[in-house]
Amino acid sequence: MSTASKVNPLQTMLDTRDWILADGATGTNLFNMGLSSGDAPELWNVDEQDKIRALYQNAVDAGSDLFLTNSFGGNASRLKLHDAQGRVGELNRAAAELGREVADKSDRDIIVAGSVGPTGEIMEPMGTLTYAGAVEMFQEQAEALKAGGVDVLWVETISAPEEFKAAAEAFENAGMPWCGTMSFDTAGRTMMGVTSTDLTDLVGKLSPAPLAFGANCGVGASDLLRTVLGFSAQGSNTPIISKGNAGIPKYVDGHIHYDGTPELMADYAVLARDCGAKIIGGCCGTMPEHLRAMREALETRPAGGRPSLDTIAEKLGGFSSGSDGTDDAAPTPRRTRRRG
Amino acid sequence: MSDEEDIILSELPDDELVLQMHDDLYDGLKEEIEEGVNILLGRGWQPYEVLTNALVGGMTIVGKDFRDGILFVPEVLLAANAMKGGMAILKPLLAETGAPRMGTMVIGTVKGDIHDIGKNLVGMMMEGAGFEVRDIGINNAVDAYMEALDAGDVDILGMSALLTTTMPYMKVVIDAMIEKGVRDDYTILVGGAPLNEEFGKAIGADAYCRDAAVAVDTAKEFMARKHNQVAG
Repeated sequence: MSTASKVNPLQTMLDTRDWILADGATGTNLFNMGLSSGDAPELWNVDEQDKIRALYQNAVDAGSDLFLTNSFGGNASRLKLHDAQGRVGELNRAAAELGREVADKSDRDIIVAGSVGPTGEIMEPMGTLTYAGAVEMFQEQAEALKAGGVDVLWVETISAPEEFKAAAEAFENAGMPWCGTMSFDTAGRTMMGVTSTDLTDLVGKLSPAPLAFGANCGVGASDLLRTVLGFSAQGSNTPIISKGNAGIPKYVDGHIHYDGTPELMADYAVLARDCGAKIIGGCCGTMPEHLRAMREALETRPAGGRPSLDTIAEKLGGFSSGSDGTDDAAPTPRRTRRRG
Repeated sequence: MSDEEDIILSELPDDELVLQMHDDLYDGLKEEIEEGVNILLGRGWQPYEVLTNALVGGMTIVGKDFRDGILFVPEVLLAANAMKGGMAILKPLLAETGAPRMGTMVIGTVKGDIHDIGKNLVGMMMEGAGFEVRDIGINNAVDAYMEALDAGDVDILGMSALLTTTMPYMKVVIDAMIEKGVRDDYTILVGGAPLNEEFGKAIGADAYCRDAAVAVDTAKEFMARKHNQVAG
C-alpha cells in the first residue's frame, strides 16, 4: 500500500483541459480483427496481446487522450460463461499492463482507464445477486486492474443503481479513483428505469465521488446527448462523460454496420461539449476514423451555447422516445390502491 | 393514501376482486394474488377463467405500461413474480380440467450470445400471458433449437441476441429450418437490443419484437391466426 496523496493523472487532466477525447468501440474493433462472436474478448489479453496493443494504439494514434482497457466482461460472473471465472486476476492484470505499456510509450499524456462492465445478473430482491456479492466481484476485478497499472477505474453500461453503488464501494475498497457511466437505452432511461436526473442524484450521494460520471452506449448519438443535457441541467460540479454509439446498427449483406459516419460523430463530439460534457468519446461502432474526425472537430470548431433538442435532432437524427422521463411530458404509473 | 382502509379481498364482490387483483399484479403483491386466486376458485370459478380474467388481464395492463415506457424492468419482474405465485396454484388445475392451451414457446439466445436478461424477461411475460415457455438458455446452436422444436407441441420459436455480431446467427437457424422443411410449422419471433424490423424481415422471421410486451402481443396475434386457419 502506497501513500495515496499523489494527484491522479485524470484529475490533473480534468483540471487543466477544456475537453478530453476518450476512445471508441472495443468490441466492434476486436471483431474487425477477427474475434469470433461469443468468444470472450478478455482472453485475448493473454492469447492475442499484439491485437490488444493495436486496439489501444489505434485509439491513441487517432487522438484519444484516454482509453479503456479490454476488461469490460472481466468479472467472475461474465467470465464464468466462458469457464474462465478463475482467471479474473490474470486477465484484468494483463489488460491493464498492455494499456500501461502503450500509454507510457506515447509522447502525449494518456490515461489508462480500467473498464468494468456489468455483472449481467439481476440484483436482489428481483434477482439473485446480493449487494455484497456484487461488491466482492467488482473488487476482485478492481484489484487486478490496479495491480496492472491503470490510472483510474471506469464502470460502464450499468442499468441498476444498486450495481453502480456496489462498484463504487468496491473501488473504494481497492483504494482507486473512479468514473462511472450508465446506459440509457429504454425510452431515455436505463433498463431499470433510471433517468439522467436519478443518476445525477445518486452520484451526488456517493462517497468518494467519482472523478466524472455520465452515459455510454444506449441508443443513438441523439438520445445520448439528451441524457447529457439532463445531467448538466442539474448543475453538478462533477465532470460529465459522453460516450455515444456511432449511430444505429444496420444489417447489410449478412454483416452489421453502424450507420454513423465520421462526419456525424464529429458533429456529435462538438454538440456533446456544448451540452456540458468534458470527457467525450464513442461507444459501439466508433472506429479510429470516427475518433480522428471528433478530435479535429473539437480542436477546430468553436464551443457554442447549450443546444436545444431540436438542434440535436436536426444534426444527429431524431430521438427514440418523446420523453426521457425528466420532464412533465413523461407518463407516470397509474396510482393503485395499496394496502398497509 | 395512508389513511385508506385495509381492503379485505374476501369481502369484495367478484368484479371488484378481479379489478383489485389487476392492481395487485401491477404492484407485484404475490401473497395477495395467491389469496385472490384461492378466493375465486372457492367461489366456483373455473381455473381457466381465473387465469384469463384475473391474471392475464392484469398482466396485460403491466405489459402495456412497460411497452409505453411507464413501467420498467424492476416493476415488471415483481409483477411477473406475483403472477407466478397465482400460476403455481392454477397450473395443476388447468391440466386436470383440460383448459384450452394458449400456446407453447421455445426460447433461447443464439450461439455466441450469452446475454439473457431480455430473453428471461420475454419468458416471464409470456408465462404471464398464459403461454407455456420452454427456456433452452443461452448460446444455442442450430441443433439445440431443433431438438427443442422436435420435443413436440411447439407453436412459437423465440430467438434473442444482444450483440450485433451474434444476431446474424438467427438467419442460420431459420435457413436450417427451411432446409429441413419445418420452417412453416412455427411462428418465429426475434428480438434483442440491436435488432430492428428491417433485420427481422431480412432474415425471414415472422416478426421482430421490440420488447417483451410486444412479443406477447405478437405471439397472441399469431396464435389467433393459427386457430382461425385450423377452424377454417
